[in-house]
Amino acid sequence: MKPVKRKSAVDSPVKPPVKHRKTRQTRTAGGGFVDKLHAYRDHHAHALFSSLGRLVTTPFTSIMTIAVLAISISLASGFYITVINIQQLTANLENSNQISLFLKDDVSNETANHLTATIRKNPSVQAVKIITKEQALVEFKAYSGFGEAIDVLDKNPLPIVLQVLPKNTLQDKQELEALFKTVKNLNEVDYTQIDMQWVERLQSIVEVARFGTVLFSVMIGLGVLFIIGNTIRLELHSRRDEVMISKLIGATNAFIRRPLLYTGFWIGFISGVSAWFIVAILMLILREPVEKLSGLYEGDLHLIFLGFIDTLALLLASSLLGVFSSWAALLFQLRHTRPE
Amino acid sequence: MLKFDNVSKRYPETGDVLHNVSFHLQQGEIAFLTGHSGAGKTTLLKLIAVMERCTRGEIFLDGQQLSHVKQRHLPFLRRKMGFIYQDYKLLTDRTVFDNVALPLAIAGFSHAEIKRRVRASLDKVGLLGQERKFPQALSGGEQQRVGIARAVVNKPPLIIADEPTGNLDPELSAEIMLLFEQFQQVGVTVLIASHDISLISRMNHRVLKLDHGQLIL
Repeated sequence: MKPVKRKSAVDSPVKPPVKHRKTRQTRTAGGGFVDKLHAYRDHHAHALFSSLGRLVTTPFTSIMTIAVLAISISLASGFYITVINIQQLTANLENSNQISLFLKDDVSNETANHLTATIRKNPSVQAVKIITKEQALVEFKAYSGFGEAIDVLDKNPLPIVLQVLPKNTLQDKQELEALFKTVKNLNEVDYTQIDMQWVERLQSIVEVARFGTVLFSVMIGLGVLFIIGNTIRLELHSRRDEVMISKLIGATNAFIRRPLLYTGFWIGFISGVSAWFIVAILMLILREPVEKLSGLYEGDLHLIFLGFIDTLALLLASSLLGVFSSWAALLFQLRHTRPE
Repeated sequence: MLKFDNVSKRYPETGDVLHNVSFHLQQGEIAFLTGHSGAGKTTLLKLIAVMERCTRGEIFLDGQQLSHVKQRHLPFLRRKMGFIYQDYKLLTDRTVFDNVALPLAIAGFSHAEIKRRVRASLDKVGLLGQERKFPQALSGGEQQRVGIARAVVNKPPLIIADEPTGNLDPELSAEIMLLFEQFQQVGVTVLIASHDISLISRMNHRVLKLDHGQLIL
């Protein structure tokens, strides 16, 4: 062992009492506001990176926790993006106030053509398209997948359909109703359907689903809150010695809390990023089947991915959840830590 | 500097551990606290650190009453004391530098100032150049000196040592004691709990002897 160096009292780190006072004031408190600020910033930066470092030193535990959180968060955001996609679908359909007239079975093509011409004369009508029994059959065989089944029937069961497209200017619901009544009462018409009706129904279903997403997200958020809170509680427990020693050296609760708040932030943030990737991968897998399905319905449905704002919101929400749940857990835990 | 005024500490399970203890340590004084185990040495030190609060009486540090300090003021009060433990209480996952730097980081010093002071403090205890090592790579005596460096790095006016030489051989113990005397010379008050009678008798300092919770003068 090296001999302990003897130094004169002046060189000693412990200065004489009178001087001591002075140095304390100038260096600790009065060392300039800027110095203090820099020290504070350094300390935060250190806490930020050391807390990440600590997560890396226990990879197994960290990965387990983050996986659970990422899957939970991806469930919520997956549900959200599904609703967004369905909403987009209904938004596309919003303008389709088309009326379909299913003609009676005994109506001939000729009569139907006459009828078409008559309806065209109506000032509220923009266009009328006739789909004959034969056309309907071809279309049905092509897209429904029941082509063979229909071949078994000795007679084409499909009716003639007139697709009446009202004028675009016809925004007023009452005028639409009036047109609807006129065509409905025509002798040749068997059954009338406004596409609008089922669009409205679909929209109200989506509305319910949206509300469901909010409730679901709140539940997931609560789950995340408890998982992170508990993780931080365990982390505090594993750092018990450090907390004890720091407290005896004069650490405030804020000092002890800081690195753990950053740990919470990292857990939340990394889980958010992982959740984003999970959703993105699931959407990539779903893209092809969805577009095939969309093709079947002549729709132009393209999958919407999580947008920039959505991604930002996801990361912000998960990070904030991380910080907040750590804060809440520590508030409770530190109050019960001895020594005071 | 440190004044005990008729201090008693009673635990519900064991009764009075300290009974009417009164003494006054002047600034720049060294005192030994001795007594058989269970005499109340540890309890007395815990009262100074406000790890426990006394049942009766008053403790003053620098004129400040300890028994009624609010919890939020405690950290700042503790920064006036440097604690040294028999088992060193070093953070094993941090380097020597980080261990010694902890009180400064807590007090909010800038990085440059921390570096300067830690080096000065390690130099004082003869461990300059060992900053990057982890405590477990050091011998017992060296670890204790890291503990001392940590206790004095913030220049506290009071140093409390709980059996600082308990795990060290006589030669190392003597060196540690010399360090304490150097701190005393620059005006620091030092209170050392020890039952090493031969060491105490060799050094000519005030002795506070506890027996069953009472101070024998």
